[in-house]
Amino acid sequence: MLDISPAEWTAILLSLRVAVIATLVATPFGIALAWLLARKDFWGKSLLDAVVHLPLVLPPVVTGYLLLLTFGRRGLVGAFLADHLGIVFAFRWTGAALACGIMSFPLLVRPMRLSIEAIDRRLEQAAETLGAAPWKVFFTVTLPLALPGVLAGMVLGFAKAIGEFGATITFVSNIPGETQTISSAIYSLIQTPDGDSAAGRLVIVSIVLAIGALIAAEWFARRATQRLHGN
Amino acid sequence: MLRVDIEKELGEFSLSASFTSEGRVIGLFGASGAGKSSLVNMIAGLLRPDRGTIVIDGETVDDTAAGIHVPTYRRSIGYVFQDARLFPHLNVAQNLDYGRRMNGLAADPAQHKRVVDLLDIGALLDRRPGKLSGGERQRVALGRALLSKPRLLLLDEPLGALDEGRKLEILPYLVRLRDEANVPMVYVSHDVAELRQLATQIVMLKQGRVTSFGGVKVLS
Repeated sequence: MLDISPAEWTAILLSLRVAVIATLVATPFGIALAWLLARKDFWGKSLLDAVVHLPLVLPPVVTGYLLLLTFGRRGLVGAFLADHLGIVFAFRWTGAALACGIMSFPLLVRPMRLSIEAIDRRLEQAAETLGAAPWKVFFTVTLPLALPGVLAGMVLGFAKAIGEFGATITFVSNIPGETQTISSAIYSLIQTPDGDSAAGRLVIVSIVLAIGALIAAEWFARRATQRLHGN
Repeated sequence: MLRVDIEKELGEFSLSASFTSEGRVIGLFGASGAGKSSLVNMIAGLLRPDRGTIVIDGETVDDTAAGIHVPTYRRSIGYVFQDARLFPHLNVAQNLDYGRRMNGLAADPAQHKRVVDLLDIGALLDRRPGKLSGGERQRVALGRALLSKPRLLLLDEPLGALDEGRKLEILPYLVRLRDEANVPMVYVSHDVAELRQLATQIVMLKQGRVTSFGGVKVLS
């Protein structure tokens, strides 16, 4: 019914790859940060919290430009990574993943943090009295109980990453087959005279992916409640 | 053996307790707010004394002068809370096994069977904590603490959240535990009848001070 062309498939698959990698790489950082924000009090905590949320409120083009300045070939971090580790972000799909990961990070962290905050800390105390060292408590009690929230965060982050546009196009441009995601493909298509039907197809794909992600996140949230009540 | 000699400021309240006991079941008696739970939490290592020492079974676990504070997970204690605190994501069997796994102990099927039989929880093993009654939950919590092979078992009002009928249901298990399990216990309660049945020694607390110490006779 949707007659998707090879070029459109390329954009869809690239978007999926970028969003999957961005989400997988961001998840351990997200869990660590969610735990830190939920459980620890330290100097500069509200500043850290604000920085994490910054991509949500900054114009995406600003975030993209900052990424270009930092991770571009001549950027401070970018030059170092390119010279010493051979990792290049500028105008590569990896750069798109980096941009998507940073833009989706606030959405990824939030459900994780909420689910860790909802855990009864007395359960962690009980685990400690049974001989579990702090890191074991984390992996056997905290993380399993937070798991639905972790998955919900991953789904939301993924949904955001797959639709990211502004920061990505600013940082890595819009190169078909390398950095052209669904969003930048739609942007190109609606600027071409006969692009309407192709753009329409990609719009439908975007809507389906977004709704699917929201349903999945909702389902995980419901699982979280069941898990915490031990049913 | 348990030796406690501590001081702790908790806001307006100050706790100062000193006793040495060889008793099998030390009953910690006092009204609510007398400092019983704080004292037990200090023995467990969940709370740190401001000054003093705590010695469990010959090992100094707290000595503020020497800067010693053994963390809870290395104290080899069992703790049964008023609100069971079973892990909701694990079934009963996994809850029972938790302490053994965390301490890296070898499986001990004989001990497992003994505890499961003693507490009559064999029929519950596949269930989730959410599907247990209050009394069943408390029995599982007891089993979970025992199976971690503690050298001291702390029970903080384990019957406190249960109604009269359920209390009478659990009490015989605690008596059996005292007579058969061979683990010294600290039993916190404000219920004289409970302590008369269970304790072999009483530490009476009043507003953060030990007011009497001795056999169950001090309760009268």
